[in-house]
Amino acid sequence: MLYYILRRVLYTIPIAIGVSLIVFTLVHLAPGDPLSAVMGEVDQKMLAEMRASFGYDKPLPLQYLIWLGSALTGDMGYSLRTGAPVFGTLIDAAANTMVLGVAASFVGFLVGASAGMFAGYHHGTWVDKAVSAAAIAGVSIPHYWLAIILVIVFSVQLGWLPSMGAGAGASVLSWDAWKHMLLPAIALAAIPCAIVARTARACVMEILSMEFVEALRARGLSERRILLHVSRNALPTVLAVIGLQFAHLLGGSILVEVVFSWPGTGYLLNLAIFDRDIPVLQGTILLLALFFVLTNLVVDILQTFADPRISRA
Amino acid sequence: MNTREISTGHPAPLLSVRGLRKYFPVKSERFFAPRLMVQAVDDVSFSIEAGETLGIVGESGCGKSTTARLLMRLIAPDAGEVDFAGRPVLTEDGLSLRDLRRNMQMVFQDSYASLNPRLAVQDSIAFGPRAHGVPGPKATAKARELLSLVGLDPDQFGRRYPHELSGGQRQRVNVARALALDPRLVILDEAVSALDKSIEAQVLNLLMDLKARLQLTYLFISHDLNVVQYISDHVLVMYLGKAVEVGSVEDIYHRPRHPYTQALLASRPTMDPEVKLERSPLTGDPPNPINPPPGCRFRTRCAFAEDVCGRVEPALTSCGATGHAVACHMHIPDSSHSRRQ
Amino acid sequence: MNAPEAQRITLKFDALTPAPGAMEVPVGVMLPRTYWQTVGVRLARDPYTAACAFILLAIAGAAVLAPWLGLPDPAATNAAQRLLPVGSSGHLLGTDELGRDMLSRLIHGGRLSLTMGVLPVAVALAIGGTLGLVAGFIGGRTNMLVMRLTDVLYAFPSILLAVAIAGSLGAGVGNALLAITIVFIPPITRVTESVTTQVRAMDFVEAARASGAGAFRIIRTHILGNVMGPVFVYATVLVSVSILISAGLSFIGLGASPPTAEWGLMLNTLRESIFLAPLNAVLPGFMIFITSMCFNLISDGLRSAMDVRL
Repeated sequence: MLYYILRRVLYTIPIAIGVSLIVFTLVHLAPGDPLSAVMGEVDQKMLAEMRASFGYDKPLPLQYLIWLGSALTGDMGYSLRTGAPVFGTLIDAAANTMVLGVAASFVGFLVGASAGMFAGYHHGTWVDKAVSAAAIAGVSIPHYWLAIILVIVFSVQLGWLPSMGAGAGASVLSWDAWKHMLLPAIALAAIPCAIVARTARACVMEILSMEFVEALRARGLSERRILLHVSRNALPTVLAVIGLQFAHLLGGSILVEVVFSWPGTGYLLNLAIFDRDIPVLQGTILLLALFFVLTNLVVDILQTFADPRISRA
Repeated sequence: MNTREISTGHPAPLLSVRGLRKYFPVKSERFFAPRLMVQAVDDVSFSIEAGETLGIVGESGCGKSTTARLLMRLIAPDAGEVDFAGRPVLTEDGLSLRDLRRNMQMVFQDSYASLNPRLAVQDSIAFGPRAHGVPGPKATAKARELLSLVGLDPDQFGRRYPHELSGGQRQRVNVARALALDPRLVILDEAVSALDKSIEAQVLNLLMDLKARLQLTYLFISHDLNVVQYISDHVLVMYLGKAVEVGSVEDIYHRPRHPYTQALLASRPTMDPEVKLERSPLTGDPPNPINPPPGCRFRTRCAFAEDVCGRVEPALTSCGATGHAVACHMHIPDSSHSRRQ
Repeated sequence: MNAPEAQRITLKFDALTPAPGAMEVPVGVMLPRTYWQTVGVRLARDPYTAACAFILLAIAGAAVLAPWLGLPDPAATNAAQRLLPVGSSGHLLGTDELGRDMLSRLIHGGRLSLTMGVLPVAVALAIGGTLGLVAGFIGGRTNMLVMRLTDVLYAFPSILLAVAIAGSLGAGVGNALLAITIVFIPPITRVTESVTTQVRAMDFVEAARASGAGAFRIIRTHILGNVMGPVFVYATVLVSVSILISAGLSFIGLGASPPTAEWGLMLNTLRESIFLAPLNAVLPGFMIFITSMCFNLISDGLRSAMDVRL
């Protein structure tokens, strides 16, 4: 098992390098010079000086190595628009997205797992059918649309919750921060909730069809105790799914963050795209992708501990 | 093509195999572990005369099926020479892969898995001829002809799909498919092993019948000693990738020389309820083929193992009747084994 | 809104009928059907799939025929008739923030939105399917190389990769299409490779090789027919994802640009009007939702009709 984990960790390195290469290339796919897009009409001499100061006059492979080298030491350059260091901006945004992602995963896990397990346990009843239908709707719903509906209902019509921003309060624990977080977290939770519900339902149904459940019943265990056994067996799979969903959330939150003007990485990415703020653009994509790779790695490793059979496959 | 046969006046065997070898690398858990090899088939030689049946027996994992796949060139051998009808296989001016496969065909064990579930059985049978350039309608006609040859009414079964047939019917289809290219040699790899006993007998009789009618030569691979005795003219006994004894069916079943062959035969279930086996003649599992014991590979389970068996690998040595050969120090004239027979 | 996990696919061939051997069919009782005929019959008997297919056909048909349906010009603005509520006379579904007819725009919008949903998957299916088939059939080093390359692209969440590519290339329908296509190539390659590898290992492919047939003929006769089903099922799921992502790109301004009628873009421009005409603002999203869900349900129906486990 140790060898499997080691191999899995080592395998992540070429993937990470590939990811960084893609991020770098992507940004240079765009026509024109990153600076000229920002600076507009300026005199050529000044532009050339600026270019040299940003290192944009060097050949691309060299630019890549310099960029990667400094990115690894936490230096991702300065925003072309605001002049602020990219790394700091990124960390602040990432913290906001992380909070949102954790909240959404939590909601998704709680609702999805309980609904899914309940549906699987009462397989074939109307509850089961309702949960299955909701799960299909959950993966089909455009979450940016769900976000708008939530705003219309809870902010515009009922006036209960704010529709924009993360709140002025510095503390994540303040009531104001909670209120701001609630709607975006629910909008983001739709997909993980649906996927978790599907997995949990399938998992519970599979376990219930196994012989050891019969044995438990034969021993006279109450249905409640049996449900406990079943959920304990289903838990590792469901946790792995929510882990992967969490990784998807962080990268996929851009649309919901735009709707709510939530100051996270997605919102930052959106601004950077339309400002053509290359350093911020590169930094954000790189950070999100690397985080995705890392989360996948962690989930994989945790799963090996939960189910040693995996390492032999 | 048959110049050599004619010139010598002494027919060369239809198939002759010398020093066939295949080692499979084992995927290692560790990073810097030495590369381990499974010695699946190690230096196996035999020949089959035209019109006869050679049976290959042995426990599972002894390399029987690998031998079949090597002969069909479904996997490439590491070493060894194969002659078919006197012509070397896959050498310059030898038999091409295409020619080899037209002359040599194979029936697999799993009758279901060896038929494409998305093709009607007559299309499965016609696939081979079509691949060799026979136009569609003609190939289908041939397929239907073959279906009736193996005892299946083409109107009733031709357009069916594999899942709509029983195991025995499917295996008949597989036999028909193997015959579709008019081969001279058919390899039957555990072809009847998965069938019910009553069906097995029917298919075996069909095979004997076809062999006589179409002048076929069989290489019959099975773990079932009774079936091999029933169908074979000669028998090759394999153990851990090695040929340990070869001879006529009489020699092998009535005058077995190798302790392994003797033990195999002794462990056969008998029809007589009064006869009970006092103890199992073969105990334990075969050793790991990744690290086969040096010397004689059977010595870890052999009652007569001595010093020399651990040091020297016994070569297949001719003994007694013509064509009877055994790889055991007890039968090698100048070995230092104390029990000389 | 991500390409669903692509690794675990188990091929099951024998489940269309009772266990093999269990049935000895008497002569003439059942006309043997091809596999695809069986799948067709099963699909036709599934009410959900039929309903979804009907809805999709209606949306797509209306979209294609939009210019000839006698609808108001989807681009004709009218400052006096802005944000008329749903059910107004002459404007069945009201008007948008520039007074354009909503019904007409929703129907016309289907042209671009459906194209952006289906086209990237179709192109990715051609490219990724070929790659996966070749990698799976050849195996060995080629397989390693192709799969490791797709692993790198797979290391991005779908939506992030789409936004990153489209954002780097710049706004526009063409760039958005290209971005989504690139996003879907790796998952399709993976699924095809995994199924092909499974099929290739089966005895009937071995038997086909033993008959001396060439690789191309074996792929055409024996591999393709067995690989197509599961891959197609997967592709229909991706269409539903593709519709969400492409509309999402337009929603943040990376896809279609005004005044084009496109559902994601309409959702974006109407966002300002949620205070005045919330129902109008929600309509384009509803179209996205319905089409995406129909593709999802059809995929489910196909999956159980073909008995593929994804």
